[in-house]
Amino acid sequence: MAMAQTAVEQQAPAGAEAEDRAGSHRTGALLRWGLPVLFGLIILGGWELFVWYRINVDGISHYNHILPAPTTIAVALVEDWHILAPGWLVTLWITAQALFWAVVLGVGLAIAFSLSKWIEYSFFPYAVVLQVTPIVAIAPLIITMLNDLDTALLVCAWIVAFFPILSNTIIGLRSVDHGLLDLYQMYGASRWRVMLDLRLPSALPYFLAALKISAGLSLIGAVVGEFVAYGQSPGLAARIVEASYLLKVPRMFAALVLISVTGILLFLLFSFVSNLALRSWHESAVRRER
Amino acid sequence: MAEPARAVDAASEPPLIALERVEKRFANGTLAVTGLDLAIGRHEFVSLLGPSGCGKSTALRMIAGLGAPTSGRIRWPGHGAGSRPARGEVGFVFQEPTLMPWARVAANIRRPLALIGVTGAEADRRVAEALEMVGLAEFARAFPRELSGGMRMRVSIARALATRPKVLLMDEPFAALDEITRFRLNEDLLDLWRANSWTVVFVTHSVFESVYLSSRIVVMTGRPGRVHADVPIEAPYPRSQAFRMTEAYNGYCRTVSAALAEAMAAPGGGT
Repeated sequence: MAMAQTAVEQQAPAGAEAEDRAGSHRTGALLRWGLPVLFGLIILGGWELFVWYRINVDGISHYNHILPAPTTIAVALVEDWHILAPGWLVTLWITAQALFWAVVLGVGLAIAFSLSKWIEYSFFPYAVVLQVTPIVAIAPLIITMLNDLDTALLVCAWIVAFFPILSNTIIGLRSVDHGLLDLYQMYGASRWRVMLDLRLPSALPYFLAALKISAGLSLIGAVVGEFVAYGQSPGLAARIVEASYLLKVPRMFAALVLISVTGILLFLLFSFVSNLALRSWHESAVRRER
Repeated sequence: MAEPARAVDAASEPPLIALERVEKRFANGTLAVTGLDLAIGRHEFVSLLGPSGCGKSTALRMIAGLGAPTSGRIRWPGHGAGSRPARGEVGFVFQEPTLMPWARVAANIRRPLALIGVTGAEADRRVAEALEMVGLAEFARAFPRELSGGMRMRVSIARALATRPKVLLMDEPFAALDEITRFRLNEDLLDLWRANSWTVVFVTHSVFESVYLSSRIVVMTGRPGRVHADVPIEAPYPRSQAFRMTEAYNGYCRTVSAALAEAMAAPGGGT
């Protein structure tokens, strides 16, 4: 377990997790949640005050259309919920599908790569090409090429989310203790046995670290795709572009808040899943043994 | 002081393991061992002693079937039917415990059994037996991370014993342990060796450990490794901690230390 966690921390050196585990529990947790909340409140308060000052003291009455105050954004979020919510669901659905396919194809390809050098040598360079090509640059091509907009947006989001999972899982599958590999060789284990008993458990922490990254990336990919296809997309990002044309700045900010909150929730969700899986991962290995 | 290579058991029985002109060159060009001749008899406790990097681990790994010699050959003349022992007849203990951190102690020990096709109640029995041998019966459900270094090494030994091997190959198994733990494990290992009449090949760089344990010490030169001296340790078993205080023990330690110093000074023996 200790090893597993170390691996995760190497992948996502947020530091917060390590301190969380090491530090004294209650005060640590209080500081960890209390401090960012306090900091956030100070910023929001300052922001609110600044906008109020510009409107009431400087007399710029339309300042809410340049930089809306937090309360104005909150009001827009509530009032425009009937516009934002359907878009939000669409974007969320694209994100979820893209992440699903990133996991299936990323892990599947990583396993294929580690079983066959031929497959790895043939395909890996192209996986890198996918990764390094800016999604903004190829999104218009994808949207033009694929007639179905849903599919096109899914592909955009998938391209961004796919590579971290592939690359991390490959490293994880290779990170098996060499002594254990020797041991399995001595007892004449097949490649599949080694895969099931050694490689997949070793890869789990690396995979979970990638999952946290890719969840956020697939949201970003979906948003980028929608921006490019704004006129046709029913998603949340398209609502932002639309609102900007209508000069509904508070609504733009409200949509932005919604996207950010979604990203944060996704990260927290997969952090939780990751902790859960690594805590119980020993148990699962024992069960597989029987 | 190079003594002539000792004839194994007065030719009455062929050696169990025979290394003949074995040479190993790695892909990067390093010559690890060369011209290595070594015959190991049944029930011997042979230590391969040499400076680090002398190829003693490489030799042990080749005996285990992990990597073939570049030239020369390894035969098992004393091993009845097949040319090589079957899987599970040879147990290997690494320098590190090399346990699966995600699996409990019992599951770790069970893996080799599953790999040679022993399952179910029989596997349960063997795991329990192996845990009993190393004195860890009550830790079957613990995870490796919950154990001390010495206990992890015991689990590693139990894993090698679970298949009931006839030959035990050990690659500096106690090098990373503190001296108190090492002495205890030395003693336990000797007891097990005597009770089960195994053949043990033990790689170490400790003169004291090898003298205490072995019935015979093979001193190797620095890289590329060759046999420099072959020293029988004729002190009787059982050997208790008291053996470490005897004049005989000290004498052997001096002899072996001198041989080791010579081996390191030998041409091509620098490290």
